[in-house]
Amino acid sequence: MPLAFSDSTLKQIADLRARYPDAQAACMPVLHLAQDEFGHLGDDAIHLVAETLDLPDAHVYGVVTFYTMFRREPSGKNVLRVCTNVSCMITGGYDVLARVCKRLGIQPGQKTADGLFSLVEEECLAACADAPATVCGQKYYLRLDTPAKVDAMLDELARVPEQERVAPFWKAG
Amino acid sequence: MPVSRGDMPKIVTRSFGVDGSNTIEGATARGAYSRVDKALAMTPAAVTDEVKKSNLRGRGGAGFPTGLKWTFIPKGSSTVYLVINADESEPGTCKDREILFWDPHLLIEGILLASYALGCHHAYIYIRGEMMREHQVLARAVADAYAKGWLGRDRPCAGGTFKIDVTVHRGAGAYICGEETALLNSLEGQRGWPRLKPPFPAVKGVWGKPTIVNNVETIANLPAIIEHGGEWFAGLGTPRSGGTRILCVSGHVAKPGVYELPMGITLREVIYDVCGGIPGGRALKGVIPGGSSMPILDPSEIDVPMEFDALMTDARIKPVQVRPGVNFDLGGGKQLRTMAGSGGVIVMDETTDMARVCWRVMKFYAHESCGQCTPCREGTGWLERITRRLAAGEGRPGDVELCESIAAGIAGNTICPLGDAAAWPMLAFATKFRGELQSKIKEANGVAKVPAATVAG
Ligand SMILES: Cc1cc2nc3c(=O)[nH]c(=O)nc-3n(C[C@H](O)[C@H](O)[C@H](O)COP(=O)(O)O)c2cc1C
Ligand code: SF4
Ligand code: FES
Repeated sequence: MPLAFSDSTLKQIADLRARYPDAQAACMPVLHLAQDEFGHLGDDAIHLVAETLDLPDAHVYGVVTFYTMFRREPSGKNVLRVCTNVSCMITGGYDVLARVCKRLGIQPGQKTADGLFSLVEEECLAACADAPATVCGQKYYLRLDTPAKVDAMLDELARVPEQERVAPFWKAG
Repeated sequence: MPVSRGDMPKIVTRSFGVDGSNTIEGATARGAYSRVDKALAMTPAAVTDEVKKSNLRGRGGAGFPTGLKWTFIPKGSSTVYLVINADESEPGTCKDREILFWDPHLLIEGILLASYALGCHHAYIYIRGEMMREHQVLARAVADAYAKGWLGRDRPCAGGTFKIDVTVHRGAGAYICGEETALLNSLEGQRGWPRLKPPFPAVKGVWGKPTIVNNVETIANLPAIIEHGGEWFAGLGTPRSGGTRILCVSGHVAKPGVYELPMGITLREVIYDVCGGIPGGRALKGVIPGGSSMPILDPSEIDVPMEFDALMTDARIKPVQVRPGVNFDLGGGKQLRTMAGSGGVIVMDETTDMARVCWRVMKFYAHESCGQCTPCREGTGWLERITRRLAAGEGRPGDVELCESIAAGIAGNTICPLGDAAAWPMLAFATKFRGELQSKIKEANGVAKVPAATVAG
């Protein structure tokens, strides 16, 4: 069955479309909605977005592949982003990453077999004053300066699967 | 003269940590939107004049005078856009995210004031994709500002009525979209590739229309400027830089944090007075003064005021060298020292491995290069690979010189300043921590290890 947007997403798309002078500008916001709805942006989702906004598939494909947050493959329920940039590195960011890798048994860019976690080695998260830092969806984990804090973070996330596509508490319209 | 900190007003950080400050009720109780009527009773030109008088300079990295930038909009333009740069991703910088979270209505009020001055009727806030929590707070704030009639509704003003729409636009993971022309391409629904300048956005920006791009912190200063006047704001700062200085201090200090401080404060005061010094009484080794794009300073250079001009010109900061003895010329005979950048101060103590820090900085720019220009795409890749082997203790004789020549080949030869943002720190590490980088090579080649204390400079 071909992919289709839900009615509520279609309404959001119509609202979004009205906020920009042309359809192309709605491309990124609509891709975010598509990723929220379908979990990732496969060829069929790209085609659907292109058709909805009357853009060439190739244009939408070009946009999807430029930005790191747009996923071509399904992700784990928790997309955990671990910062290893300078402020985090010099306060133990690579230790955090190593512990997460060990506990989950995966490397950055991979997904756990149970589908609970995807791991991303992230660039600066703008939380440097609270380094080392990670973020998962809307939740930041800060000052992870002991292995126990890293373990507590993973335990919490495993208990309460917080998807990256957390339900927004505010919607257009 | 010691700078007194006690009497500095808090302008953009005043609601940090205050519960409820980010709801419209909480914000209104704290004065949000109370400056709108005052501005609307002025002419747009008078608002711009106050901003010019205030000596407000852009807080996004370049420190360009905000009022002056606004006057570059061609006279009589029928459609003007204001775009707020909320993409904050310069390593070491963590202030805009705090403003978005704690005081989104201060930003929205600032957008109202700026839009009125510029004749803009639709402003866009480009927020970094990873900031999901802040996006939710901001989206709710914008919706509430609509509901209360601050946005989207005609309001009486000096020349008739004024109406402004605000749209929040989410990025999707690309550091380069913080560069203003890449940001505009991204806003147009394209890949985030920087554009050749000129034309500058103020003349031909998003959708081909005159566009002003300003940083979150820059715009968040506007309500205070309208409330107290441009002269008051200018008086808080140094002769050519008005207002307060937000510094995001991270790394090896006892009290890292985001601080609102006097413009003229020195790095020494920031590290040892404000932030409680370095834990364990260890010695300072180096400081990045304004985000990882900015040339690093060594301990002999920290008595310079953290103000835009001083950081670029003060003779106590050594010029960055292209190769030993040859200083980097920014053009017009001006020598590169360092820059205020985004206010991201990264403090490193004596235990820090500078070769590793240098590699991590290069890894970042290699990862984030958009790939459009050859010197940046290839050069950042080479810098990452060479510094990686240096950091791993596998450096080869001539590697430091090779890095210098690659960096010198990137600087000034690219479409956008990301190339410089990689080249400048590389040259600074090679200038100021040359001995340490070199010692990695000697180590690798079986020669007796040079003690880490033998750093050049
Ligand atoms: C590679 C690169 C990344 C940048 N990232 C940001 C950023 O994340 N946030 C920001 O406000 N400015 C950033 N800038 C600066 C913007 O291009 C622009 O100068 C700024 O947003 C203008 O606002 P201001 O005048 O208020 O400072 C970046 C510049 C470059 C070259
Ligand atoms: S300098 Fe680098 S990031 Fe900037 S346009 Fe060229 S390749 Fe892209
Ligand atoms: S360096 Fe890790 S959050 Fe900024």
